Amino acid sequence: MRVVVDLNRCQGYAQCAFLAPDVFAMHGEEALLYDARPDDTRRADVLRAVAACPVRAITVEGAGGRWTADRVGASDGA
Amino acid sequence: MALDGSLERLRREGHIVVVGASLAGLRAAETLREEGFTGTLTMIGDEPYEPYDRPPLSKQVLLGLVPVGQTALPRRRTLDARWRLGAAATALDMAAKRVTLADGTSVEYDRLLITTGVRSRPWPNELEAGLDGVFVLRTTDDAARLVGRLRAGPRRVLVIGAGFTGSEIASVCRERELPVTVAERGPAPLVGALGGVIGEVAAELQHQYGVDLRCGVMVTGLEGDGAGRLRRAHFSDGAALDAEVAVVALGATRNTEWLAGSGLAAGPRGIACDAGCRAFDVRGIVSDDVFVAGDVARSPHPLFGYQFLSLEHWGNAVAQAEVAAHNMISPGERRRPHLWTPYFWSAQFGVNIKSVGVPNMADQILVGQGSLSEHRFTAAYGYQGRVIAAVAFDQAKWLEFYQRQIEQAAPFPLPFTTVDRRTEGMRPVPAGFPDPSVPTHGPEVTVSGHSPTDQRVTFTPA
Repeated sequence: MRVVVDLNRCQGYAQCAFLAPDVFAMHGEEALLYDARPDDTRRADVLRAVAACPVRAITVEGAGGRWTADRVGASDGA
Repeated sequence: MALDGSLERLRREGHIVVVGASLAGLRAAETLREEGFTGTLTMIGDEPYEPYDRPPLSKQVLLGLVPVGQTALPRRRTLDARWRLGAAATALDMAAKRVTLADGTSVEYDRLLITTGVRSRPWPNELEAGLDGVFVLRTTDDAARLVGRLRAGPRRVLVIGAGFTGSEIASVCRERELPVTVAERGPAPLVGALGGVIGEVAAELQHQYGVDLRCGVMVTGLEGDGAGRLRRAHFSDGAALDAEVAVVALGATRNTEWLAGSGLAAGPRGIACDAGCRAFDVRGIVSDDVFVAGDVARSPHPLFGYQFLSLEHWGNAVAQAEVAAHNMISPGERRRPHLWTPYFWSAQFGVNIKSVGVPNMADQILVGQGSLSEHRFTAAYGYQGRVIAAVAFDQAKWLEFYQRQIEQAAPFPLPFTTVDRRTEGMRPVPAGFPDPSVPTHGPEVTVSGHSPTDQRVTFTPA
């Protein structure tokens, strides 16, 4: 799965680092480092982190199962 | 302006081409689909990869915590796009509404969005730049090369330029316990973006983490051995330094060369556009068909006297792309201006640095919260008696408040007291920005435009 965090929004509440510690980690007091492509087995943890983020900074592909990635070239032309 | 009927047709069966398949291009494409565009969407990108996130490259990727190539951006929805990746756009014919690609093919458009961004400024001496061991860091390929070399454990790394990217690379080197020297032409790291007062704090951080920081010097030459491998660097103060790796972090240059001769107002500073992201042509007339967003755009902003802002900011790429996409398929009265307040972050030496507004416009600075010596503070920047920016070190939570002050043009210094104000924050001091006429690696924000005091633009009629 793919993850991106809007670090302009992030204020270092660290909820994600508690809920999915192998995906999100605090680096120092406030900076966040994260795995942008965690294994699908971490999906439940990551979705909990998405829901718990007080500033809604985390975007996950396929959250809620509604959207799927369209593969590059799947449509044509690549 | 498109008539209602033709706009409806465009939305239903038109062809929109996006040149630049990175963050801005992707978010624009998603917005087009989200807002009901059902026509053909073509995404053109010079790199062979689908849109990926760049900020992690100088942080978790270089640290080795995330594998290279694993920062592809999540999609907010399906795009149903035609992808032309690994084929750079080489020319634009605005009359024929056609983009030519490096592979010789061309694509015709009804509306075009340009999001070609910036690239690393290379080391100016081509022979030296070609030495094995000399790197830049902008793309995922750059990161792959550099991380491979750092993993091998070079005896010393030289970082040329102590802007944000250079400083982040130096920070990663120290975390990897690699000896690193940073050479900066200015008096302190980050001085072009944040000024001398904060630059001093950045210098303290580098010293504390064991960086061999050398300010006020230039690297005058890179020397290779017989096999073409980097061996040594020479400095303007006469010193020489043995290094196996040099990372050139001298800022970025805008990808506008492909537009030469197109008639678009494109140049080294970017592509000028109006607040609605419509590109200007060289006559100063906005185009109805060509839109711009992201790092390559420069657009007027009311907070800064409608001067043109060029922003190399992640958040700007997202916000401007969304506005551009909306305006591309909306009638005039429903179009929106791009009025995003500049915002960016950096993580280095264990500190979370965040900025709002345009610090490098400021003449004064005041530490509103915390203390510089603790490396944990929020500083407000003033320009002619109003708040123009704020920077936080490990105090991100204050910036939203300062953003509102900036957007309301609140007076500087703030007329009220703040929580955790110390004696050092009682009086504003000069912000310490270097003379703008002296070239540095440059801040990530450039303000330029019609101000009568701005002597940098020369009018040369054709």
